[in-house]
Amino acid sequence: MADPAYVRDQMLPPQKAPSTEVGTPRWIRENLFSGPLNTFLTVAALYAVYVVVGTIGPWLSRSVWNASTLQECRAIVEATYGAGKTGACFAVINERWQQILFGFYPRDLYWRPTLTLVLMLVALGPVLFTWVPRVFLWFSFAFPAVAFWLLWGGSVWLPITILLGFGVAYVVFRVLTPINGLLGIVAAIVAPILYWLFICGPLEEAIHSLIPLGLHQLYSDDFGGFLLSTVIGVSGIAFSLPIGILLALGRQSDLFIVKTACVAFIEGFRGVPLITLLFVASLLLNYFLPPGTEFDIILRVIIMVTIFSAAYMAEVIRGGLAALPRGQYEAADSLGLDYWQAQRLIVMPQALKISIPGIVGNFIGLFKDTTLVSFISLQDPLQLVSSIRANQEWNGIYWELFMFVGFLFFLFCFSMSRYSMYLEGKLKTDHR
Amino acid sequence: MSTAIEAPTTSFRLGMLIYDTRYRSLTIQVVFLVILVAFFVWLVDNTVHNLSLQGKDFDFGFLFVRAGYDINQTLVEYTNDSTHGRALVVGLLNTLFLAFLSCILATIIGLIAGVLRLSKNWIVSRLISVYIEIVRNVPVVLWIVLVNAIMSQSMPEPKDFRGETPAASMILFDSVAVTNRGVYVPAPLFDRGLGSLELGMFSVSLDLLAIIAVIIASVWGYRRVQASATRVQHATGVRPVTWWKSVLIITLPIVALKFALGFHLAYPELKGFNFNGGLQARNSLIAMWIALSVYSATYIAENVRAGVMAISRGQTEAALALGLRSSMALRLVVLPQALRVIVPPLISQYLSITKNTSLAIAVGYMDLRSTLGGITMNQTGREMESMLLLMGIYLTISLIISSLMNVYNRSIALKER
Repeated sequence: MADPAYVRDQMLPPQKAPSTEVGTPRWIRENLFSGPLNTFLTVAALYAVYVVVGTIGPWLSRSVWNASTLQECRAIVEATYGAGKTGACFAVINERWQQILFGFYPRDLYWRPTLTLVLMLVALGPVLFTWVPRVFLWFSFAFPAVAFWLLWGGSVWLPITILLGFGVAYVVFRVLTPINGLLGIVAAIVAPILYWLFICGPLEEAIHSLIPLGLHQLYSDDFGGFLLSTVIGVSGIAFSLPIGILLALGRQSDLFIVKTACVAFIEGFRGVPLITLLFVASLLLNYFLPPGTEFDIILRVIIMVTIFSAAYMAEVIRGGLAALPRGQYEAADSLGLDYWQAQRLIVMPQALKISIPGIVGNFIGLFKDTTLVSFISLQDPLQLVSSIRANQEWNGIYWELFMFVGFLFFLFCFSMSRYSMYLEGKLKTDHR
Repeated sequence: MSTAIEAPTTSFRLGMLIYDTRYRSLTIQVVFLVILVAFFVWLVDNTVHNLSLQGKDFDFGFLFVRAGYDINQTLVEYTNDSTHGRALVVGLLNTLFLAFLSCILATIIGLIAGVLRLSKNWIVSRLISVYIEIVRNVPVVLWIVLVNAIMSQSMPEPKDFRGETPAASMILFDSVAVTNRGVYVPAPLFDRGLGSLELGMFSVSLDLLAIIAVIIASVWGYRRVQASATRVQHATGVRPVTWWKSVLIITLPIVALKFALGFHLAYPELKGFNFNGGLQARNSLIAMWIALSVYSATYIAENVRAGVMAISRGQTEAALALGLRSSMALRLVVLPQALRVIVPPLISQYLSITKNTSLAIAVGYMDLRSTLGGITMNQTGREMESMLLLMGIYLTISLIISSLMNVYNRSIALKER
């Protein structure tokens, strides 16, 4: 049977796809001009970009970095680019960046906050990244005391004697636990508190009079700028997470009184704006304490910010706890774990993992909220911006300072949110 | 043979308070309560002692004393002869007014941004991402101060509107003037107004009440028409034509009311050095409104995006397979599910907008904090009473909003086994 002549017996050679269906043209057509609405959006977006860049671009490109007054700045711009032209005067940042970073911290002591920052990064390493050797966790633990001493100065024995309290707790726990487990735990809580209240102060004075060793003492009025924001923000972040975890557990607990107290605490502090709490810190906190108690304003602010943030943290973590399947709790019970073991080994690792985005979101919010301390006349970056503007040399300057402060905040917050994404990806164990 | 094992009938021992799970929770709670009560007693005792040391008492009588200061934006009648209590109410209304405006604008911007971020258009979605990341990673106070600076520095002065070839002109058909002293918008006026109703401290405009009543009646009528049309459709299978009835019911009463009351707009006009007529929205209000809305909108946009992405494609496909039109699939299948994800965080965003209005301190908008927690507190020197009252009011607002949210959540919760 011969092949009919009209049947093709050879394959046609493959042809190239039409040029509009491959590569860039296709991508442009599908992504930018796939329909009337899409085309309109593309054109509108391009126009918006053109307007923004067209307005800010020339102003940015005519920037001046070296001048001592705003008038000098404007004169330089007009001399270089012709009369009537305006340009960015970044000279103010060149001249005052140290003030925005450190406030009125003494200029010759800038090495102290800088060193603290470096040490903070070292201390954060083992907390943030698992590949850093675990030994460094001891340094992270001691870091708050080190940072306090470096920033505020004073006798070196104060942080050391305070840290000794934890040693006291450990020794008491080790000695008493073999006798009675419960006694050990209670004593390990009570003993360091007694130590800090009654022994710590005299001990510190005694050692200090023997071996006076310390740094130049500074006071909270000297703090300002991003140094202040970071001190308040980082302390708030560090303290609010554990308190928030405890509050969340309390809210989930079966104990009625504990639960009610936690709910009242959480809802009460979440329901008021942070700024009223800051006013409480600056105006009312001294009323609540025994007469004659002198309390540092930064410490008062840190306490209020921590409480506020812990209430939010508790809600985020409660969300994580609620998202855990009931079976996880039951599995922990059936393994014979007690409450704290179950929380530590089974529940919390999963609940915290679920709530990472919320936790980091809270951290970012807390750090941004540190700008509110300018309203109780602490020298935060925004307050410093106004005081630089009130200066005769820089009277009338706006955008450059805002841009600088905004950029630094953006850098900090954006990198935190990126880290949270990294962490989410790393801890993702469900192979979806 | 089996013998019933008797429950051990040991008597109560002290150690059981700790080691017996039946009593342990009780022990813990009692200890906790004792510590808590002791702490509060300590706080109250300190406070009483400190107040008496300064010769102060705890008394809210100052609320009924003449305030003696002016407020530059009043939604209800207020003069400096009014009491501190009335200043509080004026501030509270200003707070709620700002919160209301900001919630609406933030929702609109957030919805648009959230949908556009999901757009397949590469440029648009990138642009929206840039907007969201930049705005939400910078403190809102900075945005408030920035918008305020733009309003007061970059906007034209009223005198620029004058002359043959003015440097600035009014926008929106010559009805709105944006100046560095604020934004002037047309004011609604009634030639044959109904007057106002005196309700104790407040007077309520009857015109406003009439308008609200007519709108509610129209909406009710519209629903009745739709419901009867649905009944006919269920009975006969054919839906009667209702659109002309709906249009009439919605428009006719309100237009009739407009003529009955003699409604017209008073446009702002340049007289002397400033604009007259119309309403002035101060820079502080505009700055707070725009900055809060633009800032909160970034969070709302992320919520909207999460809500839309939470609905799997299969839901749309299933709806289409059932023969629903795509508009009906969106309305009946996708939106109800997406809203369940979107609305709870949206309401907590409203909550935080309301609390963030207290940042008005940055631009001097006269909200609750600047009246009660600001001038009143400084004049009377009663920081304890003022701050507690201030926090109490904010707490009440928050609890009301969050209880509304709980009601809503319960109504839409998945009915599970």
